[in-house]
Amino acid sequence: MRLLRVCTVLIVLLAAPALVPGLAPQVLANGDQPQPPKEFVPVDEVPPGEQIPAINLVAAAYGFVWLVMLGYVWTIARRLGTVEAELASLETRKR
Amino acid sequence: MRKLTTPFIVLSAGMLLAAPWIINAAPYESTMGLVQKVFYFHFPSAILFLVAAIVCGVHSARFLFFKNQRADGWAVAAAELGLVFGAITLVTGPLWARKAWGVWWVWDPRLTMSLVLWMIFAAYLMLRQYGGPGSDRLGAGMALFGMANVPFIYVSVNVWRTLHPQTSVVPTLPTDMGIPLWFCFAAFTMMFIALLNVRADLEHKRARLEALYLAEDEA
Repeated sequence: MRLLRVCTVLIVLLAAPALVPGLAPQVLANGDQPQPPKEFVPVDEVPPGEQIPAINLVAAAYGFVWLVMLGYVWTIARRLGTVEAELASLETRKR
Repeated sequence: MRKLTTPFIVLSAGMLLAAPWIINAAPYESTMGLVQKVFYFHFPSAILFLVAAIVCGVHSARFLFFKNQRADGWAVAAAELGLVFGAITLVTGPLWARKAWGVWWVWDPRLTMSLVLWMIFAAYLMLRQYGGPGSDRLGAGMALFGMANVPFIYVSVNVWRTLHPQTSVVPTLPTDMGIPLWFCFAAFTMMFIALLNVRADLEHKRARLEALYLAEDEA
């Protein structure tokens, strides 16, 4: 009975975006959708009319890569150090 | 391979430090302008995200069908790297999209399936951490589903209508855009190989530690 209640709640939650107007994803008609780029064309100057400062977004992307890489290397080094120390103490105890 | 780990990490870190100068020298893209330069980090991490899914799936199959215990260690390592490179892909992509498309996210097949793959990695690692006995076999099965997702993610931009650049972009890149791309790709790949080795080594040592504790309990 409890499982049935949980399933009902889950179904309602999953169906909510489709039922409530405004929450449903906006689907464009095929004709309205711009064509995806098939190739990149290089130019020498930044196109005029850049509304959002792109440099912040590029810098954020580069900073995020460094943050994640350094953080991950640090966690691996820490975990490896712990396991190696435990392994060494266990092997010494065995002898 | 273990001997190459430290040089690989140092060299790739050096290349990532030099990357902004090399990327700066590349020309701007005609419609997207400066923000298109996110591509030089986004593309390598996205490809390695998919490679991690394949590595995880192949080693999971070795573990599941041939009972190779060391393969399980490689699968866990690849899943964790998939989570890391997937996070980079899923964060740098919206930073690029905000400027290029005017929105952070659209629920198109490429983006949605990439998010699903990232969640499969997250679920796999949570299962391995908290699942208890038998979670290794269950996780291996899950990794196979993750690997099956890869070809769909790759071809999705060519098959379904989307704003995401198609796969034809990379082979048709002009040389002055191709040089920074392959430079960054080499840096990311070296980092991936080095981290995969270190992480798998950690998993193998953990397995050894567990075996030693079990032997001690039995004695």
